[in-house]
Amino acid sequence: MINALPERELFAPGHTACAGCAAPMVARTILKVGGPDTIVCNATGCMEVFTTPYPRTSWEVPWIHSAFENAAAVASGVDRALKKLGTRDNTNLVVLGGDGGTFDIGFGALSGALERGHKFTYVCYDNEAYMNTGIQRSGATPKYANTTTTPAGKKIHGKSEFTKQLPFIVAAHGAYVATANIAFLQDFANKLKKSFAFNGPSYIQVFAPCPTGWYHPTDQTVEIAKLAFKTNVFPLYEIENGVLTLNRKPPQQVPVEDYLLKQGRFKHLTKEEIAEIQQHVNSDWERLVKLEESKLKIF
Amino acid sequence: METHIPERISDFVNNGELDCEMIYVESEHSALSAALGSSAAGVRSYTATSSQGLALMFEILHIVSGMRLPVVMSVANRALSAPINIWNDHQDSMSCRDAGWIQLYVESAQEAVDTTIMSFKIAEDHSVMLPVMVCLDGFTLSHVFEPVDIPDQSVVDKFLPKFVPVFRLDTKNPKTFGPIGYPDVFMDFKKQQQDAFAVSAGVIKKVASDFNKSFGRSYGDGIVEAYELDDAKYVFVGLGTICGTARVVIDKLRKEGKKVGMMKLKCFRPFPDKAIVDALKKADAVAVFDRAVSFGQKGPVFSEIESAFCDESKKPVIHSFIAGLGGRDVKLDHIELAFNRIIKEKSSITEWLL
Ligand SMILES: Cc1ncc(C[n+]2csc(CCOP(=O)(O)OP(=O)(O)O)c2C)c(N)n1
Ligand code: SF4
Repeated sequence: MINALPERELFAPGHTACAGCAAPMVARTILKVGGPDTIVCNATGCMEVFTTPYPRTSWEVPWIHSAFENAAAVASGVDRALKKLGTRDNTNLVVLGGDGGTFDIGFGALSGALERGHKFTYVCYDNEAYMNTGIQRSGATPKYANTTTTPAGKKIHGKSEFTKQLPFIVAAHGAYVATANIAFLQDFANKLKKSFAFNGPSYIQVFAPCPTGWYHPTDQTVEIAKLAFKTNVFPLYEIENGVLTLNRKPPQQVPVEDYLLKQGRFKHLTKEEIAEIQQHVNSDWERLVKLEESKLKIF
Repeated sequence: METHIPERISDFVNNGELDCEMIYVESEHSALSAALGSSAAGVRSYTATSSQGLALMFEILHIVSGMRLPVVMSVANRALSAPINIWNDHQDSMSCRDAGWIQLYVESAQEAVDTTIMSFKIAEDHSVMLPVMVCLDGFTLSHVFEPVDIPDQSVVDKFLPKFVPVFRLDTKNPKTFGPIGYPDVFMDFKKQQQDAFAVSAGVIKKVASDFNKSFGRSYGDGIVEAYELDDAKYVFVGLGTICGTARVVIDKLRKEGKKVGMMKLKCFRPFPDKAIVDALKKADAVAVFDRAVSFGQKGPVFSEIESAFCDESKKPVIHSFIAGLGGRDVKLDHIELAFNRIIKEKSSITEWLL
């Protein structure tokens, strides 16, 4: 078990996630760190669907779901209600959304809640598409990925745009921001702890592979997540008080090709497209390194 | 949120006169979502909206009622775009009539205050647990000033005790709210909602009668209100402020010896078909005024009153008047004209009072 995390499980097994799904690891870690005094507000998506087929539930803490785009607004209401009841101080309030519910349709509600400064930890489990409804593209889908709405056709080769830089947009609201990865749960747990202690809104974006939508073998979930880190496709950083820190750097950068070609969603890529992705990853990484070195207060 | 309602509540809060948490949301969708969250967390929750804001909330209306959260909301009734228009009609709330909310329509600012107080008691009754919309005419009530008696906190507290939720988001007693309902359970939840509506009619009446005892004010039996109805042969039916105009016309026509009267429909959901049939069955003709239209059908209130009579052997001729859309004035003359028409016409007419 992970260092210094309680043995107690508050996320029950028996849910209906696909084999090899990373999302349950996210939920399980949140509840291990948060403990029983945690309330979860969940957006519509895979996590909500596979954990609560009525009358069964995986949640041994209070949990609420209502719509796709409003989880941050619901959490705003819960936050203030607890304040009114005088029980706000001890409770960890977690908002849980997929990348579709966070980057796209729930973005307005998230921004509003961040601006109001509610104390909550928003965790986006990032599987880079709308998985629950059948792998449609989202603002988090990487360029050239084959999804059901950005198919790898003869004329257009998958998604045409790079990913929205949501962590920076969130950081511009003054929140504590971190990225995390299911291959590095201790790092995720540390960031959760930090967010629970932070007196304001926090946002953690967790890299969470989806074998069903990424077309990779179910036993490769953690391996692919590790490769996302080693290739700098998904760097691990924090933005705290507006200053960026890279928490961990790969000892040696692995070419993106090693990551991409393990997944069916990228199997149509040409050499040029892989080179373009490599260049994009490199320039993003250089920017992060420069920002860290500068110690600049970005926001 | 752009009515005087949140503005005055903000005054109350910022002057320390009202002990509540106010959340200044970025959209109406989030307003109702935040109220959903706070209600589930176990506190009395209220919001206000109007027109496009209500339309934006549509998705969450169904979720609040489906989750059986007793949220109370004021709706300042205004037209829906396009063309964009900021004036009064009932198209907004009528378009939400199937969203699982109790709908109460009011005629005056005082009735709006009183109905809001009653609504919490109705919604939070454990045999009901349904959200309530208090529908008040936009502009005519929401943006016009008239004196109201705001009852003493102590009297209200006695009438309306602290909110006791059935379940709440409680870390000592964790529950799952809003799970996915597969086809084997979904319909049963919907049936329970429908059953709660059946129960709510009795609760609405009881609360109205208790309110009268505590505050000395009443609006019919809380469901329908009669005016000069006992011996009336020709009856006006309407919702909201238009009923105030109708009263003046009825007084005038009564002086001329015409047997006219009014049934004010205060409660539109649950739809009180029995009370309506009882109130109207002795009449020869009825003029239903709708301030909304069901496109491709007729006025929604008209259609439902028609269907309330479908099993009755004796029924009045029921006429449909579409009036006052997008703030068009409904004048004394319009209502008088409607009475004169229904006195003459032998079979049902539909008229747009353009
Ligand atoms: C307003 C609205 N539009 C569409 C849907 C249908 N829907 C449910 S979940 C979902 C996608 C969820 O995607 P994401 O947030 O990425 O989570 P994931 O399923 O990948 O875990 C969609 C489109 C909905 N519930 N509500
Ligand atoms: S579709 Fe993907 S995210 Fe959804 S449960 Fe399956 S593996 Fe997990």
